[in-house]
Amino acid sequence: MSGLGQHLPALQVVVPMLVAPMVVLLRPRGLAWAASTAASVLAFVIAIELTLQVLGAGPVGYLMGSWPAPYGIELRVDALSALLLLVVTGASTVALVGGRQSLDAQIEADRQPYFFAAWLLALAGLSGILVAADAFNIFEFMEISSLASYVLIAGGPDRRALPSVFKYLIMGTIGATFYLIGVGLIYMMTGTLNLADMELRIHAVGDLTPILAAAGFITVGLALKAAIFPLHVWLPNAYTYAPHMATAFLAACSTKVSLYVLLRFDFFVFQGNLEGHDLQFAIYLMPLAVLGILVGSAVAMFERNIKRLLAFSSVAQIGYMMLGASLVSIAGLTAGILHIFNHALAKGTLFLAVASFAMVAAGLRLNELSGIARRMPWTFGAFVVAGLSLIGIPGTAGFVSKWYLIMAVMELGPAGVPLVAVILISSLMAVVYIWRIVEVACFAKTEEQGSSAIAVSPLMIVVTWLAALANIYFGLAPALPLTLSGDAAAELLRHLP
Amino acid sequence: MELLGLYHYWVFAILLMTGFYAVVAKLNLFKKLIGLSLFQAAVFLLYITMSKVDGGTAPIFSGAADAVFSNPLPQVLILTAIVVGISTTALGLGIVVRIKEEYGSIEEDEIQEIDRR
Repeated sequence: MSGLGQHLPALQVVVPMLVAPMVVLLRPRGLAWAASTAASVLAFVIAIELTLQVLGAGPVGYLMGSWPAPYGIELRVDALSALLLLVVTGASTVALVGGRQSLDAQIEADRQPYFFAAWLLALAGLSGILVAADAFNIFEFMEISSLASYVLIAGGPDRRALPSVFKYLIMGTIGATFYLIGVGLIYMMTGTLNLADMELRIHAVGDLTPILAAAGFITVGLALKAAIFPLHVWLPNAYTYAPHMATAFLAACSTKVSLYVLLRFDFFVFQGNLEGHDLQFAIYLMPLAVLGILVGSAVAMFERNIKRLLAFSSVAQIGYMMLGASLVSIAGLTAGILHIFNHALAKGTLFLAVASFAMVAAGLRLNELSGIARRMPWTFGAFVVAGLSLIGIPGTAGFVSKWYLIMAVMELGPAGVPLVAVILISSLMAVVYIWRIVEVACFAKTEEQGSSAIAVSPLMIVVTWLAALANIYFGLAPALPLTLSGDAAAELLRHLP
Repeated sequence: MELLGLYHYWVFAILLMTGFYAVVAKLNLFKKLIGLSLFQAAVFLLYITMSKVDGGTAPIFSGAADAVFSNPLPQVLILTAIVVGISTTALGLGIVVRIKEEYGSIEEDEIQEIDRR
């Protein structure tokens, strides 16, 4: 490993990307799943090793083919990318290890190799965005991951996935193209694509108008991909009709990776170069974040399909992350980034549990889930734990990030009071929508259905519980994500006086 | 005259907005995809025209000391972006075919009507 050790940033992408075409050839039943799971576990191990290196010795750089940085292609893993690498590879690994039974039920055997290949390409693309240190590679990996996720979402048995994925494809492509326009404008003015080099060279640009236009294009384009309210319309249907395991994987990480690129550009590249950029960023995004939090939670309260309910809750949670970022302070950004991690834990667990419900219950409408708690108490227990984390009950991961968010908002002084109110109101709404599920699942009269012959595999229950316990663990001992997000915020805001 | 000198930006903007209009306003999924392709093609033109240097030739080293080259990098970039665009269009068309098989229509309003039932 010592020889390979220095190539970890490249291997993070190369491993899933090379296994993907091989998986297509693995016809015998279960082999494709086994190979993809192995690749995903390996990617997770690489992410852990990279995180340890970042914690120990700071950002890890890597020059592709040893070409020096502004000319060659540079890969770079810092605290922010390490945290998200953990989320992406972890979500993929958990969903694959636990998800075999659910995937077997939803994807026909002869289509499985293709589905898993798309899964690994999505994993490779998302990891690629996180390790890439130049704007154009980020675009390429963004498109790899998007194209692969369209295939994942359309891969399920529900035909309503098709119009939803078409909408996602249109909006995702528009978002990516906007990003490309922005990068083009910056390239015109600076002649570089390397993010660190770009940041320095913008200092020397005389007329900043094109850079300002670029900042607009990039922010709006990525906001589309990150499903920031009101650009979230593709998200609920795409999550609802995707295969359950694909939802668990993508809901935990795909929008967050776009958010990562948004933060990286707005804080790392533009912040020190555009006068008043922090103020513009805050004025533009804070109202959207607040509206997203309120509208997302409110719609979730009245939603009848459990997956749609959780998808709208995701819109609200993305609002929290944006709210933290739009404060443009170390504390705010730390809270926002921490929430990326904690929300991935909670939402990933919830969707894993939903995938198990789907195997036993007749459908995923709330009334079809009546009495599910008595039929699968273990899975439902994990669901409740993750639900509490989503609400932000003390002792769970969700509480930690909400606590830090409220502390950061309080730094604003009296102006922060309405924002605290927004956070509290939205948390109360989360109590309502999680309670609606609990109420139906525990107390509604069970209609006897014949479809309960299938038992959920023990592996699935174990994995769901491990994910649920992670919610509690990182609620009681949040040192690791907290250190990483603190470092990330400090690095992003290094221009702040 | 200055406005005319920037005509390639006008081509970019007009093509971009034409494509965007088709994506937003057309209900036919196939027309939406055509609009999306136009939208992407506009950005390709933006990149390709930006690389042109006045009086520059193809960047092939000839030994002449005073040779002026056009910048080859944006063209290389856009080559990969064109591949991305083709893949997106191909996948989109594939989805339209599947939608037609499942719903019997490729009009957005009719599909929504069918789903509502």
